[in-house]
Amino acid sequence: MSEAFSVRKYLRDLKLPFCPGCGIFTLMDAFLRSIHELGHEDLKDFVFCSGIGCSSWICSPYFVADSIHTPHGRSIPVATGIKLVHPSLNVVVFGGDGDIVGIGMSHFIHAARRNLDILVIMVNNMIYGMTGGQVAPTTPFKTKTATTPYGSFEEPLDATRLAVTAGACYSARWTTAHPNELKESIKKALRMKGFRFIEVVSQCPTAYGRRAGFKNVGEILKWLKENAVSIGQAEKLSEKELEKRVVVGQFVERKRPTVVENVYAVIKEAQVNDTKS
Amino acid sequence: MTTTKSNTYFWQGNQACAEGAIAAGCRFFAGYPITPASEIAAHMAKRLPQVGGIAIQMEDELASVGVAIGASWAGAKAMTATSGPGFSLMQEFIGYAFITETPCVIVDAQRAGPSTGQATKCGQGDVMQSRWGTHGDYSAIVLSPNSVEEMFTLTVRAFNLAEEYRTPVILLADETIAHMREQITVPSSDSVNVINRRKPRAGDKAFFGLEEVPPMPAVGEGFNVAVTGSTHDEYGIRFTADPLVHKKLVERLNNKIRNHVEEISDFEDYNIEGCQIALLVYGCTSRAIYEAVEKAEAKGIKIGYIRLKTIWPFPEKLVRKLAEKAEKIIVPEMNLGQICYEVERVANGLAEVIPLNKIGGGELITPEELLAKILREAEKNE
Amino acid sequence: MTQRVEVRISGLGGQGVVLAGQILGKAAVYSGRNAVQTQSYGSEARGSAAKSEVIISDSKIGFPAVRKCDVLVTLSQTALDKHFKDLKKGGVLLVDVSTVESIPETKVKVFKIPATETAKKTFGAGIYANMIMLGALARIINLVNDKAMEKAIRESVPEKTVEANVNAFNTGLEFLT
Repeated sequence: MSEAFSVRKYLRDLKLPFCPGCGIFTLMDAFLRSIHELGHEDLKDFVFCSGIGCSSWICSPYFVADSIHTPHGRSIPVATGIKLVHPSLNVVVFGGDGDIVGIGMSHFIHAARRNLDILVIMVNNMIYGMTGGQVAPTTPFKTKTATTPYGSFEEPLDATRLAVTAGACYSARWTTAHPNELKESIKKALRMKGFRFIEVVSQCPTAYGRRAGFKNVGEILKWLKENAVSIGQAEKLSEKELEKRVVVGQFVERKRPTVVENVYAVIKEAQVNDTKS
Repeated sequence: MTTTKSNTYFWQGNQACAEGAIAAGCRFFAGYPITPASEIAAHMAKRLPQVGGIAIQMEDELASVGVAIGASWAGAKAMTATSGPGFSLMQEFIGYAFITETPCVIVDAQRAGPSTGQATKCGQGDVMQSRWGTHGDYSAIVLSPNSVEEMFTLTVRAFNLAEEYRTPVILLADETIAHMREQITVPSSDSVNVINRRKPRAGDKAFFGLEEVPPMPAVGEGFNVAVTGSTHDEYGIRFTADPLVHKKLVERLNNKIRNHVEEISDFEDYNIEGCQIALLVYGCTSRAIYEAVEKAEAKGIKIGYIRLKTIWPFPEKLVRKLAEKAEKIIVPEMNLGQICYEVERVANGLAEVIPLNKIGGGELITPEELLAKILREAEKNE
Repeated sequence: MTQRVEVRISGLGGQGVVLAGQILGKAAVYSGRNAVQTQSYGSEARGSAAKSEVIISDSKIGFPAVRKCDVLVTLSQTALDKHFKDLKKGGVLLVDVSTVESIPETKVKVFKIPATETAKKTFGAGIYANMIMLGALARIINLVNDKAMEKAIRESVPEKTVEANVNAFNTGLEFLT
């Protein structure tokens, strides 16, 4: 590390739009620290894609970098096009739970299946925050939201396990109460190849906190810290005991050929055959 | 088979479209299976890797056009192809491509809708959707081929217009032209006029304004380009509430097309000056006019026609001129009436506009049906 | 006078009628003529009605669909029943009598070819009936040279089946020689 860390060198001179106490600040800090600690003085080797939602604004347009802010749920297809045409760029997707595993769910699964060489960081605040606190696919059962005034009547989705099943090379979950673990996880993921997924369980004091009965940000962070349980510990707990707990840690790490490698192998093969004929 | 040598082939329309794309410099294709466009994907899957390009089948049509847009921002000329049901799904990203000024080509080989309709049968029901399909204020460039040869030449033109105006361009084909096989003389690659997007110079920062069509960087070139589907200023910075920023952006995006109707417009015409009865046609339906016109003339009817190769932006001046010359304009369409209303609007009472509509089973309007209509209208005149 | 012929090849999905039309059109272009081929089939990959139409002409071809045909080729009874009315008065009917039982009384010239039966017997599969019919058709319309037909077949069928297809085509030619 050549110099002390400062977020300034990576950010445009614009006022950030996030609410006070938002978990996004923790993630932004962890991400840019990872970049710094990996030795990147700027973001020129990166392209950022994001959809619609608060967390999609992390990179767009605040990072001094190429950033593509797509329609809701469609960041991964755009990232796919970029990575396939320009394999040497590091493509990172930021998105919320609604963006990545709500409206954009099928792209998420297929990118993991085809092992697209990108890192997806999903901020899970368990709610649609920007639009005023509606129920999300990740909202815990019985939680009251703007559109579930009697409490959510659906079970939430475990996106990190879904990524494992779909074929991700790396899948991990941390919370904003684990900034250091989160940073190390991002660094590890950035050094790997293949489809990599990190879920960041995060507080939304504005839209979620008050509805779920938290008085302030500190209470939410305390809850996250106290209710987080490592994968190892979780294995020893019953389903009943795991209710309302957040399982954190690394769920998978593996190597598979990426679709980028496979596509370029096809091009090579087709050109050899073409010359022959 | 190669496109480098000028030669005559018996190609399917969809194959000609794929080859036209490659000749125009397309090196990225994404699609999702759908009749009657699937042969474009199959042909691209075979041919693109041979020229160093990428063809991929995506999980749906949303992803297909999205990945093409990503490829375009990575510097590639990109295309997707579909039919009505998939075209409906693509509308979200078409608006995005418009507001972000992303050149790309979208082929819609029309079939009989709405919904799944008659999947293997021809129709022309997507004409208005191709103009107004996405939400908000926008302008579309839509081309309409009527032969296998034009599936090649108009695909090349679609890419050129997309690059020149930095906007999505739609090739509005139909099942008949897409699936039909016909002889085509393929021009040699050096005789194909290819236009490429204007690249920024070092230090340029305004990629979304200041000029009618701003230069377009690719990601990874060091320009730190911020692309967004939200309203943005010249530098790509989001302004979600400022009325002036929105007005300035959206007016420029529309004007860069609306102010160039004449350059974008392309058509075939016959006897506009001397006609009493005129035909206004496009796409597969136009294949009936040649025989009908010949037979009508043999009966002494003064007849002329305009065949639109560019449907949108609608060539208002051209059609107004036709309305000034002709007493009646017959508009045959394989839908229940779409472009005829545009003709009526532009004619504004100068000429009577008469629709001739036929839908179902993919049956084309025949020369006999068209001739019968012409004769009936001519008789009424006497 | 310009030469022009309009052909309709009809049968069921899976009988290769669309392919036969494509090969004829391709061969016509290779013979220096203009040709347009269109097709119609159902959403089902197999078993529904299928037709393929080819117009061959020395001049520009406008309308691409066949309204009244000079030659009607049928490989199924339902196809014959459906399309017989579209055959011109002086036209020619070419029937696969292995798959068609009843031919309506008519003054037009009728050629009966046991195509499917011959295909099974000689080439081990009924699917080659389309090439046998195509051979007979080529002889009838006499606008496309045999070399161009063979070239078109070679380009259009899977490599492993080229010889069988060419032989089936030649068998069809011989039926009418």
